[in-house]
Amino acid sequence: MYRSDSPGLSRLLTPILQRHGRDATRLLQILREVQDACHSVPAGAIDLVAAHLDVPRVNVEGVAGFYSFLSAHPAGEYRLLFSGNITDQMLGKDELMQYLCNKLWVEPGRLSEDGLVSVDSTSCTGMCDQGPAALVNGWPLTNLDHNRLDLIAELIRSRKPVADWPPMLFEVADNVHRGDVLLGQPFEPGAAIRATLARGAKETLAEMDKSNLRGRGGAGFKTASKWAFCHAAIAEEEGGVICDVGGQPERFIVCNADEGEPGTFKDRVLLNSHADLVFEGMTVGARVVGASKGFLYLRGEYRYLLQQLEAVLKRRREAGLLGGNILGQTDFSFDIEIHLGAGAYICGEESALIESLEGKRGRPRNRPPFPVTRGYKGRPTVVDNVETFACAARIAENGGAWFASIGTAQSTGTKLLSVSGDVARPGIYEYPFGVTVRQILDDCGAQGRSYAVQVSGPSGTTISWKEFERKIAFEDLPTAGALMVFRHRRDLFQAARNFADFFAHESCGFCTPCRVGTQLQKKILEKIQSGHGTASDLEELKRLGHILKTMSHCGLGSSAANPVLDILEKFPDMYESKLKAFAFEPAFDLDGALETARKITGRDDEWAHL
Amino acid sequence: MSKTITIDGLTVPFRDGQTIMDAALASGVYIPHLCHNPEFKPHGSCKLCTVNVNGRNAASCTMPATEGLQVLNDTAELNDERRALVQMLFVEGNHLCPSCEKSGNCQLQAVAYYLEMMSPHYNHFYPTREVDASHPGILLDRNRCIYCELCVRASRDADGKNVFGLTGRGMATTLIVNSASGRLGDTTLAVTDKAVQVCPTGALMKKGLAYTVPIGRRIFDHHSIKDVQTGGGHE
Repeated sequence: MYRSDSPGLSRLLTPILQRHGRDATRLLQILREVQDACHSVPAGAIDLVAAHLDVPRVNVEGVAGFYSFLSAHPAGEYRLLFSGNITDQMLGKDELMQYLCNKLWVEPGRLSEDGLVSVDSTSCTGMCDQGPAALVNGWPLTNLDHNRLDLIAELIRSRKPVADWPPMLFEVADNVHRGDVLLGQPFEPGAAIRATLARGAKETLAEMDKSNLRGRGGAGFKTASKWAFCHAAIAEEEGGVICDVGGQPERFIVCNADEGEPGTFKDRVLLNSHADLVFEGMTVGARVVGASKGFLYLRGEYRYLLQQLEAVLKRRREAGLLGGNILGQTDFSFDIEIHLGAGAYICGEESALIESLEGKRGRPRNRPPFPVTRGYKGRPTVVDNVETFACAARIAENGGAWFASIGTAQSTGTKLLSVSGDVARPGIYEYPFGVTVRQILDDCGAQGRSYAVQVSGPSGTTISWKEFERKIAFEDLPTAGALMVFRHRRDLFQAARNFADFFAHESCGFCTPCRVGTQLQKKILEKIQSGHGTASDLEELKRLGHILKTMSHCGLGSSAANPVLDILEKFPDMYESKLKAFAFEPAFDLDGALETARKITGRDDEWAHL
Repeated sequence: MSKTITIDGLTVPFRDGQTIMDAALASGVYIPHLCHNPEFKPHGSCKLCTVNVNGRNAASCTMPATEGLQVLNDTAELNDERRALVQMLFVEGNHLCPSCEKSGNCQLQAVAYYLEMMSPHYNHFYPTREVDASHPGILLDRNRCIYCELCVRASRDADGKNVFGLTGRGMATTLIVNSASGRLGDTTLAVTDKAVQVCPTGALMKKGLAYTVPIGRRIFDHHSIKDVQTGGGHE
């Protein structure tokens, strides 16, 4: 164990601390690197970081304990985290993880005796189209099977550094099967900025308005309104107005690339192959709202994209598309910094994301005020999804009317869908809004008779085969992009359990209904799974769902019961077939509770059992 | 003319900058709450003070009052849901009222009385939580912590010490103290600190005072929390 006075620890951390300086907003970024260097965030490191940043020790410990990828206890030189999404499970994740554990002589979730390796589950890593997937020390492993795990076990036992593992283990394919205006058309870097400068900022906002672009993160707020609010906002701090530049508050553009909704992986593809389009959209947004600084908040699972994204930013700076005096415009400076997450789904919520950007625990803020008036460091901030910025770049380039002519009246443009589950061709499909679920199922080669589709991930909607004529659109089936397909005879109760476990794991713990309610929901499903469920448990699930929906602090809690109740409503037999006939059954096993007494008395006769 | 909102049909005046909770308390209207304390910045975590504002639920302690808001507070549905939240707080920790020194002075217990909670309803989690008796004058019993962060806020904002904080996430959330050893006795916390006085439960208690006032003669043994927190109780 490292102590703060250990010279070894100080030697390891000094370069990290020096590189980040004394800015407390760098805290999470620092702790990520500490984790890499020490395979944990030891108590001694917390002391050193707190002293370096001059912040209370509790704040550093609080952040270190919040994010899944940071660990207080050693996680091993090799830390393997299997993606635990339902699609990975359907591809055999549980068996494969146990197989690897047996090979390495480790128990899931525990460090090996020699401190070399640990194997555990994590929330969806965004590789559902090429699962089962895992992360090794944060780097994605795809298409896992027994052969690959044999190889991986061998590499670990021979202590080969992850950097020297065969590249084929880390191959991530885009799997784009249908492209449209975002993925299917070439883009000349700078085109959207040039069009914006030629047209003017106000006029570009008018084009955005005309396009009726709505946020692609799922909520569907009109982007032009968000930008206009941010532009018009006067940031106020208790006690006075913040005036950073020329009587105006500083403004920020934030790109939400914390693509954590299980089953969603479209931003991964946009950032891998269309990063220019995304950065260009951010730059257009900066011109419109008057921001000079932007952030890309990249989920920790996508750290493998960091280096190439930094290279794109560098290239754009060299091309005059980023940095000072963009395209020679002396009054236009804007630059983008990339922050990495560290395993916290809640940071996809915009105000939690801002907290995380500031180096804090990712806890959703109280609203109002909204980020457009008081966001990053209390300044007006636009937070938009990766795909939203890509659309904004296209609109700046081609105009609002062009965009509005695609899709439906209320849902203009196209939508990227991440399709996974029981389909022949999992991957990315870009459709104009209004496409039916049936059309998508036909195009992706849905296997056998499709039975159910989870639209927009666990927090979205479960639809049954009776609803396949419904349309992907804000007015019918809104979605952040995930589409998980379940064929006939899949046990959807397992999907409900998987999603309930996910929400219980990812709840930030701030508010009572979500912190406790997601646990209660998980426990009731476990009870049903173990054969002790009764009709009263189903009533309890409905009541819990109502409390989660109406009392929670943010969208995580208020949607945490969606899949559990949707599946209960649309596929009641999935639950009922597992219930006991009784109206009520206690949660604990009465007969099992007598086991200790039986052991003590050495009895096992009929009267020693209930 | 002053601005007003209505709460359950009653007209309640407010000043700009006040929340619904502020306005309610100023007018003697009780909205159940645990994490709110008018002396500190609103937090909004316990959600007991959830009210229905123009048809949508919101935490009254953080929701700004604006002209004409129609607020529903003391309704059967909201009180049912609040009772469920209190039950959740009871089962997630280890709250053993009959043997707790805070019994009778505990806001969690008192609000449970007010909401007519007759049983915990949910199954107890029986978590393993640490007790820290290392400080000579103060006991920290995490079994009773409800994560309201009043001690965190008071230590930071009133005492200027940052003795307390939260770590972990979700069900693993834990109250921590500002010392490398993790022990309360190694922090700068003093018995006179505000942080020690604000705990709504028995998680933070001064030592040596447990039964100075016998059980049966404590605040909530004789008064409803509604009357205590709205300054009423003399009708």
